[in-house]
Amino acid sequence: MIRDPKDLKRYEPKERANHWVVGISFILLALSGLAFFHPAFFPLTQLFGGPTWARIIHPYLGVLMAVSFLALYFRFAHLNKMTPADKEWLGKVGQMVDGDDHNMPEQGKYNGGQKVMFWAMAICMLLMAVSGLLIWRAWFGFDITLVRLGAVVHAAAGAVMIGLIFVHVYAAIWVKGTIRAMWYGTVTRAWAKQHHRGWYRQMTGK
Amino acid sequence: MTNHWVDIKNADLVIIMGGNAAEAHVCGFKWVVEAKEKRGAKLVVVDPRFNRSAAVSDYYAPIRSGTDIAFLGGVINFLVTNDKIHHDYVKNYTDSTFLVHEGFSFEDGIFSGYNAEKRSYDKSTWNYQLGADGYVLTDPTMESPNCVFQQMKKHYSRYTPDVVSNITGTPKDRFLHICEMIAATAAANKTMTILYALGWTQHSVGSQNIRTMAMIQLLLGNMGMAGGGINALRGHSNVQGITDMCLLTTNLPGYMTLPNEKEQDFTAYLAKRSPKPLRPNQMSYWQNYPKFHVSLMKAWYGKAATKENNFCFDWLPKFDKGYDVLHMFERMHNGQMNGFIAQGFNPLAAVPNTKKVADALAQLKFLVVIDPLATDTSEFWRPAGEFNEVDPAKVQTTVFRLPAACFAEEEGSYTNSGRVLQWHWKSADPIGESKSDGDIVASLFVKLRELYAKDGGAFPEPILNLNWAYKHADEPSPEELAKEFNGKALVDLVDPKDPTKVLVKAGEQVPSFAFLRDDGSTSCGNWLYSGSWTQAGNMMARRDTSDPSGLGQTLNWGFAWPVNRRILYNRASADLAGKPWDKSRTVIAWDGQKWGGNDVPDFKGNEPPENGMGPFIMNPEGVARLFALGRMAEGPFSEHYEPFESPLEVNPMHPNNPLARTNPAARVFKGDMEQFGTAKDFPYVATTYRLAEHYHFWTKNVPLNAIVQPEQFVEIGEELAKEKGIVAGDKVVVRSNRGKIKAVAVVTKRIRGLDVAGKKVHTIGIPLHWGFVGVAKPGYLTNKLTPYVGDANVQTPEFKAFLVNIEKA
Amino acid sequence: MALQSLDIKQRSATTTPSPSERQTVEVAKLIDTTRCIGCKACQVACMEWNDIRDEIGSVDGTYNNPTDLTSASWTVMRFYEKENSSPFDLEWLIRKDGCMHCADPGCLKACPAPGAIVQYANGIVDFHQENCIGCGYCITGCPFNVPRISKKDSKAYKCTLCSDRVAVGMEPACVKTCPTGAIMFGSKEQMTEQAEHRIGELKGRGHGKAGLYDPAGVGGTHVMYVLKDADDPTQIGLPASPTISALVSVWKGFAKPLATLAMAGVALGSLFHYVTKGPNEVSKEIEDEIEKEDAQ
Repeated sequence: MIRDPKDLKRYEPKERANHWVVGISFILLALSGLAFFHPAFFPLTQLFGGPTWARIIHPYLGVLMAVSFLALYFRFAHLNKMTPADKEWLGKVGQMVDGDDHNMPEQGKYNGGQKVMFWAMAICMLLMAVSGLLIWRAWFGFDITLVRLGAVVHAAAGAVMIGLIFVHVYAAIWVKGTIRAMWYGTVTRAWAKQHHRGWYRQMTGK
Repeated sequence: MTNHWVDIKNADLVIIMGGNAAEAHVCGFKWVVEAKEKRGAKLVVVDPRFNRSAAVSDYYAPIRSGTDIAFLGGVINFLVTNDKIHHDYVKNYTDSTFLVHEGFSFEDGIFSGYNAEKRSYDKSTWNYQLGADGYVLTDPTMESPNCVFQQMKKHYSRYTPDVVSNITGTPKDRFLHICEMIAATAAANKTMTILYALGWTQHSVGSQNIRTMAMIQLLLGNMGMAGGGINALRGHSNVQGITDMCLLTTNLPGYMTLPNEKEQDFTAYLAKRSPKPLRPNQMSYWQNYPKFHVSLMKAWYGKAATKENNFCFDWLPKFDKGYDVLHMFERMHNGQMNGFIAQGFNPLAAVPNTKKVADALAQLKFLVVIDPLATDTSEFWRPAGEFNEVDPAKVQTTVFRLPAACFAEEEGSYTNSGRVLQWHWKSADPIGESKSDGDIVASLFVKLRELYAKDGGAFPEPILNLNWAYKHADEPSPEELAKEFNGKALVDLVDPKDPTKVLVKAGEQVPSFAFLRDDGSTSCGNWLYSGSWTQAGNMMARRDTSDPSGLGQTLNWGFAWPVNRRILYNRASADLAGKPWDKSRTVIAWDGQKWGGNDVPDFKGNEPPENGMGPFIMNPEGVARLFALGRMAEGPFSEHYEPFESPLEVNPMHPNNPLARTNPAARVFKGDMEQFGTAKDFPYVATTYRLAEHYHFWTKNVPLNAIVQPEQFVEIGEELAKEKGIVAGDKVVVRSNRGKIKAVAVVTKRIRGLDVAGKKVHTIGIPLHWGFVGVAKPGYLTNKLTPYVGDANVQTPEFKAFLVNIEKA
Repeated sequence: MALQSLDIKQRSATTTPSPSERQTVEVAKLIDTTRCIGCKACQVACMEWNDIRDEIGSVDGTYNNPTDLTSASWTVMRFYEKENSSPFDLEWLIRKDGCMHCADPGCLKACPAPGAIVQYANGIVDFHQENCIGCGYCITGCPFNVPRISKKDSKAYKCTLCSDRVAVGMEPACVKTCPTGAIMFGSKEQMTEQAEHRIGELKGRGHGKAGLYDPAGVGGTHVMYVLKDADDPTQIGLPASPTISALVSVWKGFAKPLATLAMAGVALGSLFHYVTKGPNEVSKEIEDEIEKEDAQ
């Protein structure tokens, strides 16, 4: 792909690095977590040097993800405040999914869907972190009821989070020209104008 | 035990008092469970603590430690007052009808003949009235105020339920309920067994505790019966064996007695021990004493023992007083004893007043410890912080440690509580340089004999002439020793009625002590063990479990002394005509020709019942004694005396007689009286005991036992804990007038304050297993606390009742 | 402890059936608490047979020692004091605690490691430490709070009901050693009958509430208790009606396959969305606008 000097800067290198730390740790966590989630996925533990290593590594990766997610949160939370336009956008998300974005209202840097995704992820992350600590027997020994609750919440939040990430990744694949934002930080003006016109105006002054 | 372990299952009522069978005799306790399961027996526990036995009991009553005689005296009173006695039995099988000496009296706690200065009795009035024919005078109506029954009735009539409850702290309703349960076994076909142990013996009135229960069993007709008897549960696996072999310093093997210093004449010595019958046609079996004694001397001195030298009677030591363990350490403490061999004995831990014992050991020239373990005694000189505060620079004693093999590393016999001798085989070789106890002592002896032979010395004859005909002088084999105990014929023994008939050939093992002779033609190391290794082989090694009686008699399992008899006094299990009181539990019966059944008769085998021979053949009376004559130090009947350290200022039975506050006949050494504490400074009763998880002071060396009971603790009731601000798990200090221990507090509902003589008396329970040697957490020897006084008869120390104070550490 | 001589009926984290043609007798251990004197011989026998040694601990103010189950104490005695109508009408209730070998084992249900927990056809629930990953989910799943993770190797341990002994026709070590016969072993049927007999005896002694503890909530257990007061097992430290926690059932039950399907659904949905709706590309219109801008 030819890079155009007029392309718009969407993410700073620090932000991208932060994102990928979260992303990689999530992938590893999902793979190891799924292995304990259902027997069907148990062979995934081999990716981590065997089941016991998977059990040992998983919670430390969790800490890494939680901490880096927290950084990401502070970077982006202020950009993800919901506006009336977001709500309108969300109301018409069906048309969007159906492939028709002509009627979608103008969006800033993030659209309503992305914002919902952001907050959903943040909530899941919080639940994962807290419940993860509750069931981390190597270091903690909480009351059995809390541990049981932790196990359920961890599994449930994990499943939801995996689903969210699927949507997140698919959205990036589906909306062509998106992924480069997280690779080298820029998007084309056309992409911006099409998907985030508000932001486009803000960036270009047009 | 007059009966045996398995026989417990035949009882209708099991009383555990002065013991804690479930805790200290865990394996044997299975027979209590069996009695409950198979016979529907009830289990009653009387103890200061609601203990492990109580946990599976049907009824429990608390008692203040040291007041068992008051409780049992109350039971006697209940049985007599409510006429709950086995009449035929009491009348015919006890001395109830015998008339007591006119001079006998009991006034305000003191029997006739007391000498306060010597703390002992002139027992001449503690006797029966004898007729001109030498026989005791009786009153078959039992109405004469002088007959034993009336005397006994009068003596115990003072122990009313209120008096009992006031002294013992046992709630009256609980006391009476137990009386009723006991009384039910007065029926001819009901039996009660009593299981006791050191909870009765370790008192200054220990022997009388047991005697009082023996009287109860006689009144109920339970002696000699299957499921009855008086059953002492021995604390070590072979303690019955060592007792049979002459544990007491004034005994000889088989409960024969050593002559005292006044008994220098052999004939008089034997005559005194061979009493003539006190009633017509009685057996008075001890008349055979000379046979047993002479055979013993032949075993010891072989050819050197001759008729001419009175079978070496002069070589026997003649005692001036008993050299029991308290006396030994008293002498050691006074510098009168300067060498000591502790074999399988850990006196620093096991003898009262640890400080006195440690001071005594420090004065020795040498101390030899023969033990498989490094005992606390062998390291008495080693400082171990607060647990053993000692300055080794001040100890001059040379300590030799001779490692002994453990029981599984040698073969030999065990005599269990039920008098059953069982042979055991070696399972492994002794480790390192250790040797069996026998080999160690034999080597010492051989060396000493060598020195005497070489250098002479004072009175070498008994040592140089000791019969030591073992194949290896340094290593007499258990088989050789066992055979020696059984005894053998030294010449051909012929039938006295038919001299052509040889009963036992020279050199052969005798079949039983009935074949022993007093002319030097037999030898026998212990007449009671005669029959254990006969010409037919090792009877102790028999392992036949067949039990045609269903009573657990198993006559072909091991060997029970005497003569393989499983239940002592079993003639008393049948009525006057020889018919069993309870046919379903027939021990023996008269079939018209002879006695027989499910045991070896404790009687003359062909003696027809109508001849009137009594069932208690060892007594010259032929019957059992409710009146103990002069056999007890403190009186022919038992009386409640307070422990030497008592929370009460006076004996409630005799508030105005200070002489009768504590056992008037108990020995107290100079200086020890001052070491007794008073209730003012030490208001709580302490009692020491074992736990199921440990075995005496041994298993603190064993990781498994240490894991299941790692640390020293004391038990106190919730009420006292609250008063003292102690919560479970706190460290507390327990002090007596002699020392202190520190331990974790176990706060429990199972020990409660008792209402005694108008005040609340709290008990503190002190398990005894810890010390400064071993793998368990180091602890204090509990005998730092205990008083230096023992039972008046056998000097068993008063570990079970003394005074302490407690505070949070 | 891997034992090929016992048939395996259920296996943790395994979704297909285990071999189930062979039929074997269900076994059970019956603990008569009314006969137990709390001597701890069973604890010692357990340590000896299984070659485990716990630490030499300390006294916490009770007779309980070690104070709790650990990876090296697979059974412990628990002592409870109870005062009835009058101060001296006491009970000292003593219970041998350890794995109950549930017919429906919560540990096995919770375990994510295939074959780390098995249930033999005779009912014994056993941990195979070589497959254990040390997650502790078995503890989370157990209604009786029994399994413990070792501090040394992070594997889970608990009573095996001496599966190695039982496999060769012997009774568990604790049963063999119990001096009062309070611990019995045999087929579940025999033990149930034996319990009935004992309960009858206890009722005859006036313990009207005597009964058997074989809780249906976990499908029954292969370790059962005779209790003096079966109406209230909590006084001897047993849960009144144990079941696998609802949370654990949700966690390890139907929710997981559903969630797996849901995740797969999202993935597949995305794929088919892409295939059916095509990519969301920048429209030609806007690209032209931008190009136009650039051309200016």
